[in-house]
Amino acid sequence: MMVINQNSKGKVHGIISNLVIVSVDGPIIQNEICYIIKEDIPLMAEVIKTSGQMAYVQVFENTTGLKIGAHVEFTGNMLEATLGPGLLSSQYDGLLHDLKSMKGTFLQPGDYTSTVDLERFWNFSPTVDKGTLVRAGDWLGSVIENNVNHRIMVPFTLEGDYLLENIFPEGSYKVTDTIAILLDNHGKQTPVTMIQKWPVKKAIHVYTDKPRPFKIMETGIRVIDTFSPITLGGTGFIPGPFGSGKTVLQQSISKQAEADIVIVAACGERANEIVEIFAEFPQLDDPWTGRKLIERTIIIANTSNMPVAAREASMYSAMTLAEYYRSMGLNVLLLADSTSRWAQALREMSNRMEELPGPDAFPMDLPTIISNFYSRAGFVYLNNGQNGSITFIGTVSPAGGNLREPVTESTKKAARCFYALSQARADSKRYPAIDPIESYSKYLEYDECIATLNSTFSDDWLIKINLLKNMLRKGKDAADQINILGDDGVSIDTHVTFWQSETIDFVILQQDAFDDIDCRTPLERQKFMVNIVLESISKSLFFDSFEEVRPFFKKLINVFQQMNYREFMSDEFSNHMQELHDLIQHNTIHNPVNL
Amino acid sequence: MVGNDLAGRFFNAFGLPIDGGPKPEGKEVAVAGPSVNPIRRKLPSELLATGIAGIDMNNTLVTGQKIPFFADANQPFNQVMALVALRAKADKIILGGMGLLNDDYLFFKNIFENAGALHKIVCFANTTEDPPIERLLIPDMALISAEYFAIEKNEKVLVLLTDMTLYADALSIVSNRMDQIPSKDSMPGSLYSDLARIYEKAAQFEEGGSITIMAVTTLSGGDITHSIPDNTGYITEGQLFLKYNTDIGKVIIDPFRSLSRLKNNVIGKKTRKDHPQVMNASIRLYLDAVNAKTKLDNGFELTEYDQRTLKYSYEYADRLLAIDVNIDTTRMLDIAWELFSKYFSIEELGIKSTFTDLYWKK
Ligand SMILES: Nc1ncnc2c1ncn2[C@@H]1O[C@H](COP(=O)(O)OP(=O)(O)OP(=O)(O)O)[C@@H](O)[C@H]1O
Ligand SMILES: [Mg+2]
Repeated sequence: MMVINQNSKGKVHGIISNLVIVSVDGPIIQNEICYIIKEDIPLMAEVIKTSGQMAYVQVFENTTGLKIGAHVEFTGNMLEATLGPGLLSSQYDGLLHDLKSMKGTFLQPGDYTSTVDLERFWNFSPTVDKGTLVRAGDWLGSVIENNVNHRIMVPFTLEGDYLLENIFPEGSYKVTDTIAILLDNHGKQTPVTMIQKWPVKKAIHVYTDKPRPFKIMETGIRVIDTFSPITLGGTGFIPGPFGSGKTVLQQSISKQAEADIVIVAACGERANEIVEIFAEFPQLDDPWTGRKLIERTIIIANTSNMPVAAREASMYSAMTLAEYYRSMGLNVLLLADSTSRWAQALREMSNRMEELPGPDAFPMDLPTIISNFYSRAGFVYLNNGQNGSITFIGTVSPAGGNLREPVTESTKKAARCFYALSQARADSKRYPAIDPIESYSKYLEYDECIATLNSTFSDDWLIKINLLKNMLRKGKDAADQINILGDDGVSIDTHVTFWQSETIDFVILQQDAFDDIDCRTPLERQKFMVNIVLESISKSLFFDSFEEVRPFFKKLINVFQQMNYREFMSDEFSNHMQELHDLIQHNTIHNPVNL
Repeated sequence: MVGNDLAGRFFNAFGLPIDGGPKPEGKEVAVAGPSVNPIRRKLPSELLATGIAGIDMNNTLVTGQKIPFFADANQPFNQVMALVALRAKADKIILGGMGLLNDDYLFFKNIFENAGALHKIVCFANTTEDPPIERLLIPDMALISAEYFAIEKNEKVLVLLTDMTLYADALSIVSNRMDQIPSKDSMPGSLYSDLARIYEKAAQFEEGGSITIMAVTTLSGGDITHSIPDNTGYITEGQLFLKYNTDIGKVIIDPFRSLSRLKNNVIGKKTRKDHPQVMNASIRLYLDAVNAKTKLDNGFELTEYDQRTLKYSYEYADRLLAIDVNIDTTRMLDIAWELFSKYFSIEELGIKSTFTDLYWKK
């Protein structure tokens, strides 16, 4: 931490938990970072309001033991992220301090570690010639970070065109070494290193165009990809009561999704859940590259027992890293669990500031804050014509599981995919508990997205999916009728309708996240299963009595489930296909009326 | 004040002895200290066996987990918790009693004494006779002692906190007095953080010590959407529901609403491979029985399948869900297979054929 002398200084004037009022001796800016010195330990804090000579700062640490009169040093900078090679595979706190290099079992206030290793050497190779005109975000060269072509870019903070006066030859450099020199049109030189800083609350805008997302992002989760697909650069959210499977679902997505980089922001949730990622990801393979998952992953942890004030920052830190990698032409997946904890942190601070409360005591501008955040995601064309994307999926933890609350409602306006988890499905262990009827993907309304779906699957794909959804709806009605009128109070057809929807439920919607094979279904296999399920249940079957319906469908479902547990197109899989064929054949021979 | 002297002793919220013994010797530590760096935690993956199938089979616990019993005031949660505590192979059991009835306090004291486990018990108790505000100190006292044994002595510590609803009530009294804007159910807006600070002390440490937290959150009229159980559910790693089953006249662990989030770290890995699938299949079939019962109540005739599920449900509840069961997990799985074969056909299970090939007996 460098503190430059000409910056303002101050003294602690008042303390309300982690909101501290500081009397200042000079100019300061909104969101400026300062350090409050508590018995030699600098506590990091951010200016959130100024009034005359008083600054209201939120301290990112527990303030127990802090005394009135304590010395405060301002930095002149806003909360910034350090961007450069060495971010991948790291584990950070909400302010991007490296957790691994901290000392001791406990997190000690003031133990502020560097985001990237400043001593490590990287093999830099230039990719442009000197004399080129460049601007912010342009690629100057690259280093290989894990498996990723990490572009070294013209610092995002530079405005206008620059002449690349000099670029250093291929070789081994530290991130702080100069690798290029830029010249502005006044002839002023700017050296460029492999790291740069960016204020996290501002969006990085180094692209020329941000079209509507159109390409499906495979997650391997059938109910998502088949029923409500998300796109590269798309946004989605997962609301659900506690224990309904938000975290498990997000973790499956983080392991399987078609992304170059995955950033996981653990925001106010359980520490053990990220310990699980620490433990598993170094062992598990990335299904897309065969390398270890940890190599493409960055974890930002502000778990529920870590300072609440850093929770807001943690989300912005995560988004800034995502934007950094997007600017390299990569597809980044950003996952945040849970955005409700972020909103609660905003609420705690707003209450301490005695601001006029909005609904449920959340700040009045919560909807704006949420929609601004979601708007930083997206698919972009970079200056050089290449493209990159940030797909963002957040979870929401509504109080009492009731979706009529400010965070859910605001998020619904900001996110394009809605994956509602249902308590009833979770209770009956129908996982993932995504409600297939309530949930939606707005991308299915985009012509350009429909076009890519049709070319990925088949021309009649959407028709088929709508058919399946309709069968689920009818199945629900049938279940209601059976419940009201009794098994023999309804027609056999009603039973068949119900069991058709059960088949779709058990075979396509439900998926065992803990089974090595079933956990991930590639698009090709999803297409195959949709077709074969539709074909099998659409046969007009004949039954003598309603008592025959259940056993037939139970057998059918069982064969399909066995298929889901097997390697696609393996011998066992084919055997089950044969069983399926026989079962249906048998049923139709049995009931010749049908032929 | 923490130290080895704590073992076998009973204290009040200020750490003063209430068992007539001397003041303990040891070192002073500040309560509510910093949190463990997540990097220094280990993934909790050591089975904590209780012998109760409703727990070990359906909601398997591990050391380092935090889990509450959600129970109505008239349910025997303290008894079940004491039973579990005694069966779990813990080095230390730390009881934090908040708003305990004096009878309950004596119950815990006696049951630990009779089991000859007094030497590994430390108790911090605030009874209904003490001021409610003092309750707020109990969890910190209990957990700071737990950290001493788990980190400095590498012991497996089980912390029992009862009743956390009374703790939260005390929180709301304090925050109202401080004129804070109350949130839902007149609880403080920071309830989530306040509770998380306590529960997140549960951890598995690298050197082998662990803190497991088992708590009680009493419900009013079974309402789990109330702020206290709701926030708790969002923090803990699952919850256990007790339920009186009228068919068999016993208390069971409700298989639907109960959940152990960390079970996936051990089931099928430390226990037999068929465990996850057997667990899910047996619960699904039990759900079918519940649906059949609804049909019956609504005056409809039952199908032959419904009848089978009903018969299965009685036996499943009695032999596996009841809290008086005390067997090991392999035996539990064997019983489940026995019931499957007795009442169902293989297609009705939806279990992977690799397992039915091995365990299906007919
Ligand atoms: N796809 C799945 N397959 C199997 N089990 C699942 C699946 N999804 C969820 N579960 C079960 O549900 C439990 C709870 O899931 P999870 O922890 O993801 O809930 P959550 O919605 O994140 O809850 P909270 O809001 O409290 O964090 C898991 O521990 C697991 O046992
Ligand atoms: Mg979760």
